Amino acid sequence: MGHPAVKITDLAFHYPAQSGLLFSHLGLEIADGQRFGLFGPNGAGKTSLMNLMTGILPYEQGSIELLGYPVKKKSRTVNSLFGFVPQDHSFYEELSPVENLEFFGAWSGLSDRDTKKRTEELLSVMGLWDVRDRPVGQFSGGMKRKLNLAIGVIHQPRILFLDEPTVGVDVRTRHELIRYLIELNKKGTTLIYTSHQLDEAEELCDRIALIDQGKIIACDDLSVLLAEHGQSGLEGLFFHLTGNTYEE
Amino acid sequence: MMKLWATLKKDVRILMRDRVGLLLMFGMPVLLVLIVTSIQNNAFQSFSKNKILLFISNKDTGRFSRELIRAVDQVRLFRLETVDRNASREELLEQMRKKDGPLAIVIPEDFSVQIAAAAKNKTDKALHSFGLDGDSGSSYKLQAARSKEEQGLRMTSAVDLLYNPGVEAPLKLAAEGALNGALQMVESRQVLKALYLAINERSLPDSMEQEMLSSRMELRESPITRGDAALPLNATQHNVPAWTIFAMFFVVMSLGGSIVREKLNGSFIRLKTLPTPFMIALVSKQITYLGVTFLQAFVIFSMGLWLFPHMGLPALRLPGDLAGLILVTLLCGWCAVSYAILVGVFARTQEQANGFGAVSVVILSIIGGLMVPAFIMPDPFKTAMQFSPLHWALESYYGLFLEGGGLKGILKNIVPLLVITLFIQLIIAAELKRKKLI
Repeated sequence: MGHPAVKITDLAFHYPAQSGLLFSHLGLEIADGQRFGLFGPNGAGKTSLMNLMTGILPYEQGSIELLGYPVKKKSRTVNSLFGFVPQDHSFYEELSPVENLEFFGAWSGLSDRDTKKRTEELLSVMGLWDVRDRPVGQFSGGMKRKLNLAIGVIHQPRILFLDEPTVGVDVRTRHELIRYLIELNKKGTTLIYTSHQLDEAEELCDRIALIDQGKIIACDDLSVLLAEHGQSGLEGLFFHLTGNTYEE
Repeated sequence: MMKLWATLKKDVRILMRDRVGLLLMFGMPVLLVLIVTSIQNNAFQSFSKNKILLFISNKDTGRFSRELIRAVDQVRLFRLETVDRNASREELLEQMRKKDGPLAIVIPEDFSVQIAAAAKNKTDKALHSFGLDGDSGSSYKLQAARSKEEQGLRMTSAVDLLYNPGVEAPLKLAAEGALNGALQMVESRQVLKALYLAINERSLPDSMEQEMLSSRMELRESPITRGDAALPLNATQHNVPAWTIFAMFFVVMSLGGSIVREKLNGSFIRLKTLPTPFMIALVSKQITYLGVTFLQAFVIFSMGLWLFPHMGLPALRLPGDLAGLILVTLLCGWCAVSYAILVGVFARTQEQANGFGAVSVVILSIIGGLMVPAFIMPDPFKTAMQFSPLHWALESYYGLFLEGGGLKGILKNIVPLLVITLFIQLIIAAELKRKKLI
């Protein structure tokens, strides 16, 4: 049996400016090939946990492994394994999609030839081919989200971290993005996803973890959790488990 | 190597599309160097070619006032304009205002009488001390009494020097010195003539008068140079290097802002998750903007060489040591780029980077002696100057452009510049390390 996509053991972390631990003795395992969702209200620790898994934040105690490789080492091997789609439009608005992908392709370790090939593929799939040479600053929010995703998957990572990848896009674009992510998962990419969009989460994720105040309060297949707690949706499940409404 | 190349392409593309940044980095310094050099060149010429306009209101009808005017004219510092002797003080001031004349002198009615009396008094004193008062002059006691009277008269009636309050102190001091010299000349000539007459009982011959009054120790001028080649001292040689340095440090407006933008939009964070060392991003920015600073120097030097002469400004004379010039330019550029990255790394918003960047560069350039000559600065500022990289950059350039020195001669200026640059790089590295980016 292969390594899980993510294995977190006894993790402890706190922000230097804050008192108390955000995570303490946290453990989590995400199987390879899953579509995993991390949910919780604002400040619950979703983005922090994602940043710890991608090595953006350093942790003091415990361990995080991606496909058996410790994240703490920050080796090129570890960074080649995953792609990261941050919540912000983390690219260069002065450049065109082609120029952005050319740069991020090189930084992701692709050859010039592979970058060009992947750029063509991705821009076509995302419906951005016709505007490939226009500065991204002129794009709509939805187009920017698509490019943000394209950059994250240019090197065909085995794990893809997505931090609220559909914020601020219209329904049509959201469905296009979700459809693309499901296709990507079918080809073997593990998706690890955070969002406030619970309906979208139900559509995308096959397994979820609910986080509240730095603790994982539930983690299982979505259908199992809903059945176990007699709920019909994520929002009801969250209210049932925490006694709080799910804050948008 | 491919990653660095891709990053360089990205940085150059972003730079080329930053029109405001390009305008600030190239347009603004080009304009600045043109304006400041033209103005300063005019100031240089005020002394050398243009001469200072001096109004003269001569209320005296005697010959000594005419001699004084001739002596003032011979100083070659002034362009004289005579005002009607009956003009009132107000009318004179009005003329000064109208013609933008900074200075005027009013020669009193009794000027010749006073000069004659003062000269006679001095002559008699001198003759008395030689034991020659007999027939040649009145008794010393009598003369002394008259002298006191005359001196009293002279104190109440003097040559008035009127000046515009806006006149700079050095110009006023130069004018005072020149006028005092002319007055002294008139009086000395009269004393000399009287003494000669008393001793020889005949007039002083013109040739001897000329010889005695004009013969003096020669004043030999020579600029300080480091090498054999003496370069011309003019506004161009001063301003072109100074404003090139200023332009280089102004890359903070583009580079500092660009770093903050990348920090804020999460690009830096994203780069951190990719299998490439972040250091490549930093190296690429330094190479790109080092190219910008070198291009700035090339543009401004080219203007000095080829454009200035067509505008009536002195042409820039490049130093003989071109390798030294290239090295100093690269070093100044590297220091400027390092400073811009430092500002970008610490600033939290683009407004902070732009505001602090611009103001700090202006302050550093003032402290560094780019806007005010270092020698007139108060002592605490002279100490602070040692910490301004712009000061060492300027000294390095001046060593080449004004003193005609080579690389060896300016090493003592290059070393502090290099030390400051390395120190800035160290702070950048520490801050990026603290932010876990490297």
